[in-house]
Amino acid sequence: MDPALEDLKEIVTDALGASVVDTTLSMAETRGELSVQVKRDDIVRVLTYLRDNVNCQFKQLVDLCGVDYPEREERFEVVYNLLSMTLNRRIRVKVRTNGLGGEPVPSVVSVFSTAGWFERECWDLFGVVFEGNPDLRRLLTDYGFEGHPLRKDFPLTGFVEMRYDDEKKRVVYEPVKLTQEFRSFDFLSPWEGQPPVLPGDEKAENPEGEGA
Amino acid sequence: MAQNQIKNMTLNFGPQHPAAHGVLRMVLEMDGEIIDRADPHIGLLHRGTEKLIENKTYQQATPYFDRLDYVAPQNQEHAFVLGVEKLLGIEVPERAQYIRVLYCEIGRILNHILNVSSYAMDVGAMTPMLWSFEDRERLMEFCERVSGARMHMNYFRVGGVSQDMPAGLAEDILAWTEKFPQMIDDMETLLTENRIFKQRTVDIAKVSPDQALDWGFTGANLRASGVAWDLRKSQPYDAYDKMDFDIPVGKHGDCYDRYLVRMLEMRQSVNIMRQAIENMPDGPSITENRKVASPPRADMKTSMEALIHHFKLMTEGMHVPAGETYTAVEAPKGEFAVYLVSDGTNKPYRCKIRAPGFAHLQAMDMMCEGHMLADAVAVIGSIDIVFGEIDR
Repeated sequence: MDPALEDLKEIVTDALGASVVDTTLSMAETRGELSVQVKRDDIVRVLTYLRDNVNCQFKQLVDLCGVDYPEREERFEVVYNLLSMTLNRRIRVKVRTNGLGGEPVPSVVSVFSTAGWFERECWDLFGVVFEGNPDLRRLLTDYGFEGHPLRKDFPLTGFVEMRYDDEKKRVVYEPVKLTQEFRSFDFLSPWEGQPPVLPGDEKAENPEGEGA
Repeated sequence: MAQNQIKNMTLNFGPQHPAAHGVLRMVLEMDGEIIDRADPHIGLLHRGTEKLIENKTYQQATPYFDRLDYVAPQNQEHAFVLGVEKLLGIEVPERAQYIRVLYCEIGRILNHILNVSSYAMDVGAMTPMLWSFEDRERLMEFCERVSGARMHMNYFRVGGVSQDMPAGLAEDILAWTEKFPQMIDDMETLLTENRIFKQRTVDIAKVSPDQALDWGFTGANLRASGVAWDLRKSQPYDAYDKMDFDIPVGKHGDCYDRYLVRMLEMRQSVNIMRQAIENMPDGPSITENRKVASPPRADMKTSMEALIHHFKLMTEGMHVPAGETYTAVEAPKGEFAVYLVSDGTNKPYRCKIRAPGFAHLQAMDMMCEGHMLADAVAVIGSIDIVFGEIDR
């Protein structure tokens, strides 16, 4: 365990501990990476502290992304990866939300300008709403796209496909038609999942049968 | 006297514009010739790479990384395999580390040659492109000799590289590194003191160090603003800690400095390549851990165990222990990183790709405001964007 990381963990928990961090605070120092889960509503305060405190100086938000865990009550996790060049350290801050219809995540554009597009991307691909983002439009998907493709319940093949219609002289969207069913091979357990009785086994039961 | 009402004009830049470096559509609000607001629309090359990777095994995911920043494919693969290695907790043989460093620097030169020369063409200089593409072709031949593919190499593997370098290749690369600095000199005589080039780039889109940090700049663009930060030095991976090289840093953060930093970086890369070849140890080029890397062909003819390992790896793939990691490398364009979440199966649960160009392009509005329309082209060229990685 890296002592400097231990120090950082102490600084962060001491400063944010009592009032900010949720009781579900979890610290996982896996492979020299520090990861902190905080309350959703306090994310702006936490990131401002991490940016401005002398012992942290996480001046750069390098990445912001969502992760979907459909089995959880609050299914989406928004992950902020910060970098401190003065300390040469990285920290990962996480908040949880349940997406559309749920409580929005406060936008951190006021803390890091670069968050703007990252939040747009997260909204586009996961449907996580960021409250206070000045420009929460779709970013990566097509104009007029429906759905949030990186959710685990969104099929890999999507719902619509596009082609150029020569008669209408424009592109048209149609429901996906696959000439062959999309095949997903699950190699996880090749010897399980087989029925206990294999085709042909019934012949052994029947001594009168021809091919027995 | 009736006063004419002057309205702002909205201008569509791209998506089919030779200076847009791909499929960038930018909606510009113009006040005469001056840009008021730039709103880049991206996603025209979105292929859903992250979703596809979630449905593929770890081994099958590496080729997708070639197709992100297709100008320097090796460096992307590197981030992914380093991330998986971190989760698996395996050691990479030293020779493989040196080969990776060598090819990453080839990727860096591939990228900078393309960027500098096409940037020069955007602002009016034709010759650098014609001259430098000869060397780009030579570099791609080196890629072909080691992996069979000129661009989409799929050469890096979890635990090493797919095969060792063929005999004679190291000598040829070494001979090339002797000649290439002359090429950089030629490019510099064409551009560095060129009056037209300087008029188009000096003091255009100046970015202060604070702005650069706030907008998430990394790589050459950050260094041009005067922040000395390079992951190869500060958080070294593979054999970079054994290399001796300098980090060029700019002073003004304008388009001209971004060009200069790239030119100097190429010289350093040549330097690193030479060191990598000269100090490359002998030994295996991929890990001997058979749960990760498939055994040599010859063993499969005689050993049942080797055959089973090969079969299991090619169908089921390796299982990666549950966990998560954020692994970054210094790609030619900046910090390229993979945020990998594994749930213990043979497929990544989530693989977020952090593309440096994404953050750089976002700052277009900040950089272009108050500049002329023609400067937008210079800015796009100088921040070095490729849409494969931005749109993913």
